[in-house]
This record gives sequence, structure tokens and C-alpha cells, in this order.
Amino acid sequence: MAKNLSSTHEVQQPSLKRKSLKVIPTQELGVILILITLIAILGATAREKFLNPNTIFNMIRNFSWIAVAGFGELLVIIIAGIDLSVGSTMAFSGLISAMMLVSGFPVPVAVIGGLAGGLLVGLVNGLLVSKGHLPAFIATLGMMSVVRGIVYGVTQGQPVMKLPLGFLNIGRIDVPILGLKVPLPVILMLVIAVLMHMFLSKTIWGYRIYALGGNEQSTRLSGVNTGWLKILVFSLAGLMAGTGGILMTARLGVAMPNAALGYELDVIAAVFIGGASTSGGSGTILGVLIGAAIMQVLRTGMILLGIDPYWQNAAIGMIILISLMVDQLRRRS
Amino acid sequence: MRIGEVNLDQKTTKEPILTIKGISKAFPGVQALDKVEFEAYAGEVTALLGENGAGKSTLMKILSGVYKADEGEMFLNGTKIEPQNPHQAQELGISIIYQEFNLTPNQNVYTNIFLGREPMARGLAGKLGFVDSRLMRQHSEKLLAQVGAHFGNDRLVNSLSVAEQQMVEIAKALSVQAKVIIMDEPTSALGKEEVKVLFDIIQDLKKQGLAIIFITHRLEEVFEIADRAIVFRDGRRAGEVKVAEATTEQLIGLMVGRALDRSQVHERVAATQEVVLKVQNLNRKGVLHNISFELHRGEILGLAGLVGAGRTETARALFGADRMDSGEIYIDGKRVEITSPDSAVKAGLALVPEGRQTQGLVMIQTVEKNIALPNLDALSQHNFVNRGKTRHLVQTYVEKMNIRTPSLEQRVLNLSGGNQQKVVLAKWLASNPKVLILDEPTRGIDVGAKAEVYEIMNDLVQQGIGIIMISSEMPEILAISDRILVMYEGRIMGELTRANATQERIMTLASGQVLEAS
Repeated sequence: MAKNLSSTHEVQQPSLKRKSLKVIPTQELGVILILITLIAILGATAREKFLNPNTIFNMIRNFSWIAVAGFGELLVIIIAGIDLSVGSTMAFSGLISAMMLVSGFPVPVAVIGGLAGGLLVGLVNGLLVSKGHLPAFIATLGMMSVVRGIVYGVTQGQPVMKLPLGFLNIGRIDVPILGLKVPLPVILMLVIAVLMHMFLSKTIWGYRIYALGGNEQSTRLSGVNTGWLKILVFSLAGLMAGTGGILMTARLGVAMPNAALGYELDVIAAVFIGGASTSGGSGTILGVLIGAAIMQVLRTGMILLGIDPYWQNAAIGMIILISLMVDQLRRRS
Repeated sequence: MRIGEVNLDQKTTKEPILTIKGISKAFPGVQALDKVEFEAYAGEVTALLGENGAGKSTLMKILSGVYKADEGEMFLNGTKIEPQNPHQAQELGISIIYQEFNLTPNQNVYTNIFLGREPMARGLAGKLGFVDSRLMRQHSEKLLAQVGAHFGNDRLVNSLSVAEQQMVEIAKALSVQAKVIIMDEPTSALGKEEVKVLFDIIQDLKKQGLAIIFITHRLEEVFEIADRAIVFRDGRRAGEVKVAEATTEQLIGLMVGRALDRSQVHERVAATQEVVLKVQNLNRKGVLHNISFELHRGEILGLAGLVGAGRTETARALFGADRMDSGEIYIDGKRVEITSPDSAVKAGLALVPEGRQTQGLVMIQTVEKNIALPNLDALSQHNFVNRGKTRHLVQTYVEKMNIRTPSLEQRVLNLSGGNQQKVVLAKWLASNPKVLILDEPTRGIDVGAKAEVYEIMNDLVQQGIGIIMISSEMPEILAISDRILVMYEGRIMGELTRANATQERIMTLASGQVLEAS
């Protein structure tokens, strides 16, 4: 007690110390090491091809939409749920934006339209879980199919092409920062990451989301409107997936009905590799960023190393399993 | 006052069936057990007492093979035993019934009794893994009769009451020919009537020559059922008494190392005539019927009754955790609509629920986060949580309530039961409620922590908070309450004042009888 009392008088010192320690987040240390190891291996084996700014920024550009959708997925996984509809939602949002652009809507309006589409899917997920009392797995499994079906139905299987340059630039423009050409999606991803990190770690909503994942009953009995909070979480997840979908569509330059097919697995893997717990209550935005980076480095690396593309998925699956098992071991010890 | 060890003549006349010699066990940072001795005799009930953290559970876990002792020896019937896992311990004849039952809720009674030890069918069928369910039923019927159970073999466990599930656990223990049965706080989830039934079973098991080790916090039960009591304190054996010759004060003295000043809970006159909460005709179909009562500022209103009488249900309906079908609630004379816990909190209510780990706390989160949770609105500006303000508030309550934690960043799952309960209290006190509902606030916490909780309650009523306390411990209800409402089958059977309340009167009302006019 006496120790605690005296420490309140020198709050300044320890808090400074704590901040400097936070630069190296212990929680994510494991995955950071895995990422560094991967990069080191690739750097050593395919030096010229791998270690140049072009390859690196291309890599980041390509994983930006997975990471952004992963931020939303993280929220759902923190509350011990899962969102299987992210891939479909990405395609859905991209399609809405593309169709609005082709019909002559200005770029900002079309982007907002696409985002609204993502938000809507998330809202429906949230209502199904919160008001319909469906398990998240079932609700989003159904919505994954419903939304993908809508995308196929509306397009009749045909891609939506000839998108205006103003929209394509979102995915293609490079912004010069400190002599480096940084792709716009990367900047957007980082900005969203910072905002989401603040949301999760500093706002009352973030506090409540972690608590909800840790123990729903206790959280509800602490006066938190948990039904509403779940709707918020799923809606945000939809919005993030929509954002990812628009970044992806702008980069690819075409809204394919089968776009982002199977991406839910990459997104979910990124979140779990990033240290989120399957039982809820934990996980960070930084973790998701690193998780998504690991996935992309693997994919790029295998291409650069000339590994048979038909075998790449099996390799990626195994690496996901290994990294999760390493994490389990670390937790238990 | 310290009381030394009482010498027992029994030791010389009888050989113990179970002897534990010089067992020690250390965990990082704590010496959980320090060279303890323990013995149990066939045909006897040995009570094991001690505050939380005294080492009772650790010893039982060593005995049942969950942990391995650092040093020391254990003998069963004179043979040295070293159980490596619970299964081995069971085969040796040591069964343990935990507070949390090890039953599979969606399966029937006999499947549970023989789980993992199913008798195989004869011949080829058995070799292919088919079980002999007829044999299983026959055996389990016998076992159920042995424990005096009146429910069928085919009932699903989740359709049984807690007391009935406990009978299944005991039958399971008997099915492996247990010689020693350890019961870890077996009465904590039972009502008075059910406890009686359990004690009858225990008496019966005694007669059959089993040694029962009975872990409890309720001292009156020790006097009712135990033959000897061994008291642990801080990982050491503090003493042993022959129950027939012991007093409550003596046992408490051994447990805490000093005699508890019982008078402290009596000196309090804070109740006013001002009504802070008025409940009118609260109904919940099939559960609560026309519940009406008033609570005054500075009053502690005890809610007594047997398990299932509707006390917890009343608290939950009042707090908006369960829907009420009809009823009116007034706070400070104003009608409030309570439809969910958040509206209850806004109206000035707080509920410390019965299960602190499952409903009261987010176990994986820190002390700071747990205390902050219901108070986030007050601790934030523009929805951003003010960390400094939060830490200041939490620190204040940690000191005020003497919560023993190494830091505010400690996860609550690492705290002892009593300290966890104080965290639950702290999180609600910080919200400045007008009415505090406490559901079994001292269940499963040690004597020292109990006294602290009473003291906190005293402080609160002095500040004018109205408290509703649900408790199954009769002495607690009698000592703490200003007024007592007794419930039976979802109705309020009667009201007793502090002056005219007695155990007999409460029991009469709680079993559905009307008090005779005296």
C-alpha cells in the first residue's frame, strides 16, 4: 500500500518510462520477429528482386485492402465473433462504386455509395447477431452467400469496366514523401490504422468492445448496451470491408463479380496471425498490420523464389498453422 | 488470541486411512504449502478450514494428482501413493467433487456416472467399442438409490437442479469404490433444504465407512456435520480441533490468527424514513408474483429465502437484466422505466451479481479496466477516455477498499476471491449509486474479506445509500439487515424487523408457512 501511495506522487517519471517501452510492443513481438525473419530470408535469397522500393511498395499496396478489411474483422473477432462475409462485402462495395461511376456519378459520391453498401451489409450482420440471436458464424456465412449472389445477379456475371481515371488514381497514385514514392492506398491504410487504433484503445467504445469480448454477461450487467455495441461492431466491420473493396477495385481498375473470392480467409488469417484470441477480448490494429504483411510477404516471396503457384496455397496454410501454434505455445508458457 | 493445537485421544486409538506428511508446494512467488500434515479417518467427516489462499485447494489438488508436491509423502491405508493425475487418484480410491461440477450437461445421468469408464459389451461388440448400457443402468440405479436420489436414470443432467447434479457427482465418486471423498464447498450453491439432504447423504456415507473431507467456509456446517476440523493458515496447518469440544470463536481464531470482533457489524443506525426505492407489483410470468416493497435511504434490506425462491430473479428484474412483465419502480419518488441494465445504471441502481467471475468481472482484464467499465461516461471527454482521471479514480478505490493487488495493471483473474469481490464493489461504488443490490456478496470469500465487505456496507449506508442484500447465510442476514423480506416461490411471504427476526421465523416464512400471530 505504502508503495502505491508514494508512486502517485511521482506519476511523471513512470509514465514517461512506460511510453518509451511501448515503442516495442511486447504483445506483437513474436509476429514482428516472424516478419523480420521472412524478410531476411527473402532478402538473402532474392536480393535484387526483393529489396527494392518498388517491390516493397507494391507489396504494401497489395496488402493494404486486406489490412483495412482486417481492421474491421479484428473488431468482430475481439467480441468473440467472426465475419465470413468480408470477401463478398469487398466485391459488393467495389461493384456499387463502379456501377455508380459508369452511370456518371462523380468519384466522391460513388465512393460514398460503395462505403454505404459495405456499412449496410455490416448493419444487417449486426442485426442478425444482435436482434436475431444468430451465432456470428452462421449469420455471416449466410450473408456471404446472399451478398455474393446479389453481386452475380446484378452483373449477370459480367465485369464492370471502363472506370474513370479519377477513381483509378485512388489505387495508383504515388505520393512523394522524403524522396520515396509512397502509394496512396498505403497512406490511406496507415491513416485508417491510426484512427482505428485510437478508436480501440482510447475511446469508451473501444474499452467496451474489449470488455464485451472478455465477458459479455459482466459487460451487460455493467450497464453497457451490448446489443447496440454488437451492431456498431459489425457495421464498422462492413464499412472497413467496403473501404478495402474500393481500394481493391481502384487498383484493379475493374469490378469483377468474383472479386475478393476467398479473401475472408486471408483477412481472418491476418487477424489471428496478428495475435487476436479466438476466445475474444484481445487483439490489436498493429497486430493486424503485421499479420497482413506476413501474408503478403509470403505470397510475393514465393512468386519471386519461383515456387510452383499451384502449391502456394498449401504452403501459406501451413505457415498460418505454424504461426498460430507458436503463439499458443508462447501464451501457455 | 492464538489457540494452540488440541490434543486428540482418537489419534492413539485409530489408524488414519489417509495420512499426509510434510507436503510442501511452491508456486512462483508463493509458498502455497509449507510442510503440512493432514489425516483423515474412515467413517469420519474431516472439515478442512482456512481463508482463501490458505492452501486448502492446493493440498486437495496434490491429493487428487492435479499438482505434484515439491516434498513430502502421502499414505493411503498405510501404502505410499503418488498419484500422477486425477484418473490415477480415482483408481486409488480418492475422488474429489469440485465446486464446479464435472458433468456433461447434455447427457443423461448414467452416461455421466460412467463417463470414461463405460462397461463394455461382451464379445466382439465390446471389442468394437460398444458399451453395455443395460449394465450401466443397473449399476447407476443402485448408486442413485445409495445417495437417496429420486430422479430417473434417463434424465439429462441439465434438467436437474444443482443439488441433484451434486448427487450425480457423489454417485460417480461411489462408482469407483472411493475410500476418500473430498467435497470442495459442496453447500455453497445449495439451499437450506438441499443442504439437509446432502448432510443425510454424508451421514450415510460415513456409516458405509468412507472418509469424507469437507472443505467449507460456513462454520455452522462444521458443527453440524464434521467430526474433526483441521485449520490451515498461510500454507501451514494452524491447528486441529475435535468439533464436539470446539467453539466458533476458537475456529475463527485459528483461521485468522486472531479472534474476530463480531460486534462491529452491530453498531449501526443509518436507516432513515426517506424512501429511495419503491417497487410496486413487479411481475415476471412464472417467476415473480406481485413483488412490492420499499427501501429507505441508509437502510440494509435483507432478502432471505431458499435457493429458487426468486431473490436473484427479483434483483435481475429490478436491474433490467431480465424482462419484467409488469410493475412500477420509483426512485426518489420518481417513476423510472427500467428495460435494460444500462437504463438501471442511469437510474442510479447498481448490482453486484451472484457470480463474480461469470457476471461481475471481465476476468482477463485489469483491475483498472474493470473498475472503469461502468464509469466510462464520467471518465471521458467527447467519448475519449481520460487515462489520468481513470487511474486516479481507480487508485482511490483500490486504497479505500484495501484491494490487495500489485498494480492497477494486474488482471483480476490473478487476485484472490475476496479481492475480486472488492473490485466488483469498487466498480459500482465509483458510479455513486443510490441503490446497491448485493447478491450473495460474501459467498466463497474468507472470514477476513467478509469482515471488510461488512465494513464497506456500513460505510455506504452511512453515506445514505440504500442496500438490498441477498444472502443464504442466516447469521449474516440476521446480523446485517435492518429489515428482512422473506421470499418463497416468487412471492414475498413476510417482513421481519431487526428486532423480531429470528432464524426460526425466517425459516418458517421461507418454507411457505405463515407466521402465527404472537
